[in-house]
Amino acid sequence: MSRQRLLGLNGDEAAAYAIKQVNPDVVAAYPITPQTIIVERFSEYVADGLVDTEFIAVESEHSAMSCCIGAAAAGARAFTATAANGLALMWEMLYIAASLRLPIVMAVVNRAMSAPINIHNDHSDSMGARDSGWIQIYCENSQEVYDACIEAWRIGEHLDVQLPVMVCLDGFTLSHTMENVLTLSDEAVRDFIGERPYIKVEGHLGEAEFRLDPEKPLTMGPLDLYDFYFEHKMHQVEAMKEALKAVPEIDEEYAEISGREYRLLHPYMMEDAEVALIGLGSTMGTVRYVVDRMRKRGLKVGMVRMRVFRPFPTEELQKLLKDVEVVGVLDKAMSFGAPGGPLYEELRTIFYDVDENPLIVDYIYGLGGRDTPPHLIEEAYEGLLEVKRRGEAVEKLRFLGVRM
Amino acid sequence: MKEAKPGWRELPFGAVPYKSSLEYHTGDWGVERPEFDLEKCTRCTLCHFYCPEGAISFDAGHPEVDLRYCKGCGICANECPAGAIRMVRKG
Amino acid sequence: MSKAITLKEAVKKPDLLASGHRLCAGCAEPIIARLVLKASRGAIIATTATGCLEVATTIFPYSAWRIPWIHTAFENAAATASGIEAAWRAMRRKGRGPLARYETLDIVAFAGDGGTYDIGLQALSGALERGHDFTYVLLDNEAYMNTGIQRSGGTPYCAWTTTSPAGTVIPGKREWKKPIDEIVIAHETPYVATVSPAYPLDLMQKAARAFETEGPAFIHAISPCCRGWRFPSNKTIEVARLAVETCFFPLYECRVEDGRPIYKLSPPSLAIAKRPERKKPVEEYLRIQGRFRHLFRPERREGLIERIQRWVDRRWEMLLEKADL
Repeated sequence: MSRQRLLGLNGDEAAAYAIKQVNPDVVAAYPITPQTIIVERFSEYVADGLVDTEFIAVESEHSAMSCCIGAAAAGARAFTATAANGLALMWEMLYIAASLRLPIVMAVVNRAMSAPINIHNDHSDSMGARDSGWIQIYCENSQEVYDACIEAWRIGEHLDVQLPVMVCLDGFTLSHTMENVLTLSDEAVRDFIGERPYIKVEGHLGEAEFRLDPEKPLTMGPLDLYDFYFEHKMHQVEAMKEALKAVPEIDEEYAEISGREYRLLHPYMMEDAEVALIGLGSTMGTVRYVVDRMRKRGLKVGMVRMRVFRPFPTEELQKLLKDVEVVGVLDKAMSFGAPGGPLYEELRTIFYDVDENPLIVDYIYGLGGRDTPPHLIEEAYEGLLEVKRRGEAVEKLRFLGVRM
Repeated sequence: MKEAKPGWRELPFGAVPYKSSLEYHTGDWGVERPEFDLEKCTRCTLCHFYCPEGAISFDAGHPEVDLRYCKGCGICANECPAGAIRMVRKG
Repeated sequence: MSKAITLKEAVKKPDLLASGHRLCAGCAEPIIARLVLKASRGAIIATTATGCLEVATTIFPYSAWRIPWIHTAFENAAATASGIEAAWRAMRRKGRGPLARYETLDIVAFAGDGGTYDIGLQALSGALERGHDFTYVLLDNEAYMNTGIQRSGGTPYCAWTTTSPAGTVIPGKREWKKPIDEIVIAHETPYVATVSPAYPLDLMQKAARAFETEGPAFIHAISPCCRGWRFPSNKTIEVARLAVETCFFPLYECRVEDGRPIYKLSPPSLAIAKRPERKKPVEEYLRIQGRFRHLFRPERREGLIERIQRWVDRRWEMLLEKADL
């Protein structure tokens, strides 16, 4: 393990610092709160000659993603960062990046979707993009943001994967809060990420690496109709399955150089837990604190932090939660008109065919940055314990922290 | 005969096309084709540049049309400054 | 500067857009694309906005492109090209990466009028302002042809389209064609040129200059569409020539030198400037196109034809002033 340096960084700075060390070919980004610190810091690195990157200060997020797609198609490593409305503006291009199989990395500083306009954190932006074909990693703290912004390249560029990766960090809670972050040396990062590998394909003019090169021309992004489109979607289905295997591999490799062990799921006090909360992002730090507090009172509560939401770790979740009596889902996004939030729906789905399955209820919380202090989490656990006592969940969709 | 299409495992990565359009013959689209009067032809080569299909070449020193691709639009005949091209029925 | 292009040399150059594409018989777009590509210096990468050229050349599993080519979306050809250019630039600087070995690289973006005047204007403006080294080719067939002839910002006044139909009350499109070239020139774009496929040598020479230009270059090609403009497929070049001869679509170049736009008329239009009697009435251009048929039948709409003539005259005069003629 190489020597590491402790730096005081907020989540945005941690992302920018990691990307500086990665030194990608192209960064194309447009400012939006609370992502701005990432582009500001990175612009400074460019201005000071600390990176070789072409920084494109684009005129919109749509062009940010389009530039990244053009660059990645040309064989480059490309990075961007955005939030909320910016992510929504690039929505069309998200699908295109994933379908063209371009391993772009993007930091999404999670922020509520307008309207009314709100700059604070929830997950309605990245949850809206969950079907776009991107890998999604949700970070709990700045350290994770830093680490994920390095690991993401290896995950996305894995030859069995070749997909773009979103590193999601909670707006303000992480993006603007300074924390201690252990950073690797530039050399260690460089050695870890190596050079971008390219897949060999048989195109209409012969074999070529999958990138735009005048000497070995390929056609990318053709018109694909009902006779082939479906088959090409199967490639993406398969790539996500492979990603589920690749992420733990890369995590293991990264642990060797960093000493920090990441997994698809981070359970806490789950061995004997009777009720558990599951959720994504920074709130899970608060949940862990509440678990400790309630454990002191002798209550068998546990939690699972989901680090990787796409691909969805179905079997791992089934294994982890099958013996729990009641599971509460923390959803920081609402799917209006649906039975519940996105995580809730998927979690219920994977337990439909399992004989031993927990009762599952959904807690929609924190919309628009509504604070979620420990007492609210405790309230959620109390709710789960109540369901356990009754043996049934009458009210399945609950709203935590909203005034009635 | 209808060609069996490959399954998804056999298709190249990244939706990359694997056949040249040269394998796709558009020559049956139209009913006419150009006929060149090589006596009148001044070898100005304009018909080569005006052909939307790139189907007229001067590789042989005079105009030749590749009927596998000619869609019979008639631009070459309409534009020939020497009046050396006329459209005739294919076949 | 590379040596001047001649038809004699260009006829020997292999076509980089291959036969077997499925654009309509008589379409001007492949003529323009072939000519632009013949002017390439060598290493080249193309991107194409969604539209006829894109769909008809890459129907899976076929491709007509003999050069590296990518389509991503409709409104972002200039942004996609920006990304390709930035990738190349970064690799050149690092001396590493697959594009590092190309000392010159022609990066070309093809887009239609919808993808340029309308939905793609923002991405184009951004790319021009940032000064990426690429060539943008506007294939202007004056409507959304790929979706079925809907009006765009590039559709001329009075033209029939499926969303500006010639009705009993409204005679086709009510607005004038957006002055896209002036918009691009106002960005202090280093090289802007208008081209018509009727003049292949002029077109190739301008494309060559565009490729050689450092920074963005913009080629505006009039691209007659026999299906949408309603004329027989053999008249494409005739229409493209009449557009120039009537001064509906004059041919010129504009370079920015010391921050000033320097206009230069190209030979076919310069000849008219020198001998104004050669300028044909716009009616000759309108009359052979079915999209203007309602200006002549059932009865002649003299007032509208005159208005169009005045628009042509005014814009032609303005161009002559700009070109110091």
